[in-house]
Amino acid sequence: MIHFVVHSPNDSTGVVVVEGVQAGQELTGWVMDSDALVTVRAVHDIPIGHKLALADIQPGDTIIKYGHDIGRAVAPIGRGEHLHVHNVKTKRW
Amino acid sequence: MAFPKFSGYLRENGRVGVRNHVIILPVDDLSNAAAEAVANNIKGTLALPHPYGRLQFGADLELHFRTLIGTGTNPNVAAVVVIGIEPGWTQRVVDGIAASGKPVQGFAIELNGDINTIASASRTAQKYVQWATELRRTEHPLEALWVSTKCGESDTTSGCGANPTVGNTFDKLYDNGNTLLFGETSEITGGENIVAARARTPEIGEKFLKTWNAYNDFIVANKTNDLSESQPTKGNIAGGLTTIEEKALGNIQKIGKRCKVDGVLEPAETPTGKGLWFMDSSSAAAEMVTLAAAGGFAVHLFPTGQGNVIGNPILPVLKITANPRTVRTMGEHIDHDVSGLLQRELTLDQAGDQLIDLIVRTANGRFTAAEALGHREFVLTKLYRSA
Repeated sequence: MIHFVVHSPNDSTGVVVVEGVQAGQELTGWVMDSDALVTVRAVHDIPIGHKLALADIQPGDTIIKYGHDIGRAVAPIGRGEHLHVHNVKTKRW
Repeated sequence: MAFPKFSGYLRENGRVGVRNHVIILPVDDLSNAAAEAVANNIKGTLALPHPYGRLQFGADLELHFRTLIGTGTNPNVAAVVVIGIEPGWTQRVVDGIAASGKPVQGFAIELNGDINTIASASRTAQKYVQWATELRRTEHPLEALWVSTKCGESDTTSGCGANPTVGNTFDKLYDNGNTLLFGETSEITGGENIVAARARTPEIGEKFLKTWNAYNDFIVANKTNDLSESQPTKGNIAGGLTTIEEKALGNIQKIGKRCKVDGVLEPAETPTGKGLWFMDSSSAAAEMVTLAAAGGFAVHLFPTGQGNVIGNPILPVLKITANPRTVRTMGEHIDHDVSGLLQRELTLDQAGDQLIDLIVRTANGRFTAAEALGHREFVLTKLYRSA
């Protein structure tokens, strides 16, 4: 069972692709570009389609997905935590 | 790879359509009632009511005419009855459509009233339907099929599965010599340099960036916040998309890995050759798909994450999703379920080949989910306030 997918090996974040992920659950992730598997323990309940952090992230850090810049952290985000609009903002607009 | 042929309607201008609509096209909001009455009188016709067409001017008026004329000219349309409040602009739309060689006649309401106009237009509509229903499909190579794409209610699964599926299909159709379209100008934000780098020539790349910059300047001038809940939308955010950059990088998966951008189009403009074209357009689903139809496209690929339900009156819209929850909760809207991609049960190549098979079956006449469910969103893009 793949619980989350990651686009590129250097991405900061992965996408949960199953329903019902709960805090404390050991998750298997598939890195699509390198076809590698990684494991991360979920810190929060994370809905399908939402993201988790793959490493500890500090405020101001750039978030990488698809190997590209998708915005900046505005709060500390720990590995396995829910990463979304409450802790990441656009660098545009 | 040799692709199967498809059965379509060869039109007077050499284009091939996959539907055979007789449309009743109002020039303006005032003529909707008469157009709908004609469509009610004559079975097999389709009225396309809309809210605009009065006191527009400049580029906004030109876009209005280009959209109406393009809609009538689309090869999925066999014949057109045009109804306007007055004869001048009505004739302008008629003349534009007549250049394609297809049957078209205009009717003006002033000095006639609705009832006489409806009677006259209904007699013409009846002749058109009886003529069109005798037209037969003929076989054509797949490259004669113009295919557009735009995604909607995207979530993170769009960028992982549904959009790359369209990208895989686009790469194959591009190599096959098809004419292809993408757009959604504001939704390229964060990936604009990646798209520019895919341009066939530096001049095309510069034209693309000029178009993107103009739209971005407009947004920056009018925004009241960081566009949270507008772009990305509330639905996108509920689906897990966090920023416009993330949405854009997912969005541009639709243009595959090999396609080059061969040209940049104004909204509702028709491409002049094969290849992949970028059309300056809103990212609102019904607006962009209406513009794609006006540009002459015959089948539309619409990846969705959270489950957008859009259709179009004349352009079959195929829905693709990789989100298993969307398949479970609103499966009647989904034509192609690629959720297996995210569990490694399906390869991207397989998903793309299945989509090409579905495109051919749709072109041959199979209804899309949106057609079966009666989705006929016809939404004109308006550039600014009327006079």
